[in-house]
Amino acid sequence: MLARYRFPGRPILNALVHLPLVLPPVVTGWLLLIIFGVRGPIGALLNEWFGVRLVFTTAGAAVACAVMTFPVMVRAVRLSLETADPGLEQAARTLGAGRLDRLFNVTLPLASPGILVGAIVAYATCLGEFGAVITFAANIPGQTQTLPLAIYAALQVPGGESKAAELSLVSLTLALIGLLLSEWIGRRLNVMLGR
Amino acid sequence: MSLGVRLRYRFPSVQMDIAFEVPTPGVTVLFGPSGSGKSTIIAAAAGLLRPDECRIAVDDTLLADTASGVWLPPERRRVGLVFQDARLFPHMSVATNLRFGWRRAPQGPVRFDEVVELLGIGQLMTRRPHTLSGGERQRVAIGRALLAQPHLLLMDEPLASLDTARKAEIMPYLTRLKTALRLPILYVTHSLEEVAQLADSLVLIEGGQVIGSGPLSEIAARVDLPLAQRDDAGALLLCRVVEHDVVRQLSLLEGGGAAFWVPLLDAPLGAERRLRIPAREVILAGKAPDAISVHNIVPGEVRRIASDTTRRSVLVEIALARGALVSRVTSDAVTRLALSPGEPVLALIKSTSIEVLEN
Repeated sequence: MLARYRFPGRPILNALVHLPLVLPPVVTGWLLLIIFGVRGPIGALLNEWFGVRLVFTTAGAAVACAVMTFPVMVRAVRLSLETADPGLEQAARTLGAGRLDRLFNVTLPLASPGILVGAIVAYATCLGEFGAVITFAANIPGQTQTLPLAIYAALQVPGGESKAAELSLVSLTLALIGLLLSEWIGRRLNVMLGR
Repeated sequence: MSLGVRLRYRFPSVQMDIAFEVPTPGVTVLFGPSGSGKSTIIAAAAGLLRPDECRIAVDDTLLADTASGVWLPPERRRVGLVFQDARLFPHMSVATNLRFGWRRAPQGPVRFDEVVELLGIGQLMTRRPHTLSGGERQRVAIGRALLAQPHLLLMDEPLASLDTARKAEIMPYLTRLKTALRLPILYVTHSLEEVAQLADSLVLIEGGQVIGSGPLSEIAARVDLPLAQRDDAGALLLCRVVEHDVVRQLSLLEGGGAAFWVPLLDAPLGAERRLRIPAREVILAGKAPDAISVHNIVPGEVRRIASDTTRRSVLVEIALARGALVSRVTSDAVTRLALSPGEPVLALIKSTSIEVLEN
C-alpha cells in the first residue's frame, strides 16, 4: 500500500510504521505495556474476550519483537515492490488477470527475494531484541528471555562470564548465519528470476 | 467488418485527434515519426490509457465509447498486446508464460499446438525467459498474446529492439501468422521494410493527427504524403503469379491492373506476392521505345506531380487501373515530356529492379 498508492494520511502511516526504528526500544516497550497491558485499551479487550494476556508472557515477547522488526519488513517489502517492473503487471492485465490475480501470480512472486531476505534479517534481529522485550514481557528464563537478556542476566551473576561468552558466541553465530543465509537465498532467487 | 478508432487526447505539448476505420481481418500499420502518438493509440486500444474522448470498435464488439460510458478494463477487453520489450514473466517457464492468458480466456478459435508450431517455439517450452535470445523472446511474447484468444492484436514496435539478423528471423513467422490467423492486427513501426512486408492497410500519423489512411498500395504511392518523399519511396502492389516462362527465365505477375515480368520465381501459379517498385527505378516515356532491355512497359496516367526540394527531383504518381506507381525524375524530364495530371504516360521498369516479397 505504501509503495503503490498515494492517499491522504500516507506520510502519517509511514511515520507510524517506522517509529520503532528511531524510538528507544525501551519507549516502544513501555508504549506496548500501556496499550496491551491488562488494563490497556487493547490488552483489556484481549483479556476479556479471549483470555489472552500478553504482558510478561512468551506471546508478549513475540509481539514486542514483531513490532520492533516491523519497519525492517515493511522496508524490504516496499523496496521489492518498487523494483518490480510495473510493465509486467500491465502485460498480465492485457492477458486477462484481475487485481488479486496479478498480485499473487506476478507482483508477489517477483518481489519474493526481497521479502524473504527481509524476513530472515528481521528474524535475526528478533533474536537480539532487548529493550522492548524487557520492558513489555520482562526477563523470565525459558519464557521471555531473549539471548541478550540471558547474556545480561549472566553478567549480573558472579562467575557468569564464561556463560556470557558462550551465549555471545551463539548470538554471533546466529547473526552470521542469518545474514549469510539471506544473502545466499536472495542471490539464488534472483538468478532464478534471471536478474 | 472493420476496426474503427477515434480518440482525442490532450498532451501538454500536442493535441491528439485521431480517427480512422480499416477493414478486418488484416494488418493495419500505424506509421509515423516517434512522438507522433502511435503508442498512445495502442495504449488506448489496450485500455491501459484513458483518453479524454475515445471510441474503439472491432467488428461487432465495442471496447470503449466514452460518449455512452463504455470502458472495458484491459483485463476484460480481450485485446492482445505485444510490447517492444517482450515482457515475459521472468519467474515462469516459456510454457507457463504461454498458458498465462490461455488459462484465463474462454475457449476460442486459437489452438495451442497451432500457435506453438506457427512460431516455432516447441523446443523452448521448459526454458526460462532470461535464457532466450531476443528473437525467441519476442516470438514467445507473440504466442502468449495470441493464446489469450484476442479480438484484436496490438503490436507496439515488436521488432524495434532487435538487430537486423533477428528481425529477418522473425519476419517469416509474422507473415505466416498474418495469413494463418484471420485476426485484426494493429502494428506500430517506423520501418518501411516492415510496412512493405506486413501492411494491408496503412495509417500515417504525424503530430497527433492522421494525415492519410487507406489500402497499402494506395497510400504508399501518394506523392502528396511524406512516405513518397523518402529516399527509399516506392509503389507496393499486391500481385498474383500468373505465368512462368522457363525458357526466358521469367515469371509474370498481375496486380494493380497491370502485369509485371520479374526473374523466374520459385512459387506456384496463383501464389500471392507483394511487389515493391522503387520510385528511383521507374523511367518515364512519352512513347514506347523499341530495342530496349526493359521488360515492363506499363501504360498509365499521371495523377499527381510533387516536387521534392531536398533531392532536387520531382515525384510523379502514375495511376494504373487499380493502384499506382511512383517515379522519381528531374523537373527537366517533366518539362521535356510535358507531363501534367491527366496525361497518359509509359512507365519503364527493369524486371531486376522489382523486389518480390512474400505475402
